[in-house]
Amino acid sequence: MPSADIARVRAEIDALYRRESRRIFATLIRLLGDFERAEEALSDAFRAAMEKWPADGLPQNPVSWLISAGRFKSIDRQRREKRFDHLEDRPDVAETLTDNAPAFDEREGLLEDDRLRLVFTCCHPAIAPDAQVALTLREVCGLATEEIAAAFLTPAPTIAQRIVRAKGKIRDANIPYQVPSRDELPARLDSVLRVVYLVFNEGYSASSGDSATRPDLSGEAIRLGRLLRELIPEPEVQGLLALMLLHESRREARATPDGDLILLDEQDRSRWNRELIEEGAALTRAAFSAQRVGTYSLQAAIAAVHAESPSAAETDWSEIIGLYDLLLRIQPSPIIALNRTVAVAQLRGPQLGLEHLDELLADGALDEYQLAHAARADFCRRLGRNDEARAAYTRAIELTAQGPARRFLERRRAALQA
Amino acid sequence: MKYLCLVYLSPEHWNSASDDACIACGDQLRRSGKLLGGSPLHPVNTATTVRVRHGQVSVTDGPFAETKEQLAGFYMVEARDLNEAIQIASKIPPAQFGSIEVRPTRELVPGVTQAAAAAAP
Repeated sequence: MPSADIARVRAEIDALYRRESRRIFATLIRLLGDFERAEEALSDAFRAAMEKWPADGLPQNPVSWLISAGRFKSIDRQRREKRFDHLEDRPDVAETLTDNAPAFDEREGLLEDDRLRLVFTCCHPAIAPDAQVALTLREVCGLATEEIAAAFLTPAPTIAQRIVRAKGKIRDANIPYQVPSRDELPARLDSVLRVVYLVFNEGYSASSGDSATRPDLSGEAIRLGRLLRELIPEPEVQGLLALMLLHESRREARATPDGDLILLDEQDRSRWNRELIEEGAALTRAAFSAQRVGTYSLQAAIAAVHAESPSAAETDWSEIIGLYDLLLRIQPSPIIALNRTVAVAQLRGPQLGLEHLDELLADGALDEYQLAHAARADFCRRLGRNDEARAAYTRAIELTAQGPARRFLERRRAALQA
Repeated sequence: MKYLCLVYLSPEHWNSASDDACIACGDQLRRSGKLLGGSPLHPVNTATTVRVRHGQVSVTDGPFAETKEQLAGFYMVEARDLNEAIQIASKIPPAQFGSIEVRPTRELVPGVTQAAAAAAP
């Protein structure tokens, strides 16, 4: 083969790796039943492609070629290991694989199912919640341990340990690689949706660091959301995807070129992504047409009211307050109560907002929450109570680890008249 | 795969699940072929702890951990995977008052010390 063609094949393999390696990995985990073996098989498969394809040309279905190659390389490897294995009573995994493993199926849907199976395995409620997030990012999204550590401000060795422990539990406690059955689904789906939304939030509003957002993380979360929605058409799955799309639609308008935050009412709405808004709003309507409305669908509905309003002044705040009331009924939380209070202040003025907020703050649960103090500062500023506003800004700044948010609050504090 | 379902109860709930309910649960598990064994236990004040140190047997009174919930009984079950074991555990009557710890059992491997097995990846 001429060298130009060899270069083309190599580039094709690179592209395949970027595009398909996580899907192939998920299928190998199902076939081999083990994270480590699947990891080895994946790299063996791509190494084999690098050796064979430049000479033979690309196979007709490269993805299934890679999966079969990975699987057979792994069986070979296990046979070789067994020959040197002195533990006689160890079961012959290679034999059980060739005899009993479900036959590989080339339908696209099955590959997607494998990825979903992997998401449910990583988010199994028997795994500690912080390990669920790390494991999902590592195994399903393919993020490096160091990247996950940076995103969650946790030392890399800690993250690595969590992942190792979680994988050990999956293997030793025999957590199945499967999408749960209908009766188990609600409880299992909850942790999956929670993890996907956590990943999205970290990407949409980083909890620390110098940039306000990490588009790679929210992109992965949306991809997972789409995958979930295709395979589990539950209203809350639609609601979560809608919520993520509606938030994402504002990404471009949320910061200045220098990376400073722009608040919702000051954003240039022509820069909001119309396509994402339409898709998100349609999904919200679909979720609401079901009998049960859950927390993600309600939050999506609130985001849709903002997204579909032509300007900040024309926002239907009473609709938003009504939705927050419903949300508080299914999920009583001080943070939702705070958001409702901000909406009340928009509709009926900062004085009433401040009264509601001070009742909430008296409860103590929001004491460490920077947005509660930022909201108080804003209400006081609008009422001309500058000393109180300055104190509240100072408290909010103390609690904020993210660069752009700090700069925003400092600017607001500096703009207060003495 | 075998799982040991350890039943933990706080003392005030020690008798909350009736024996009849536990007998019915055990019978049902036995009929489905999933129950390998099990028993309720007397309270911890009946416990005696045995140790051997430097060839000397020492016997002491009671367990030492001051825990709110105490081991009240156990079921050894055969389950396909953790999901099935969780399903079985959720039907054990004291699950409604206390907690059930589900632990997979492992095979003893000749030539492996306990510490090495625990540290295995």
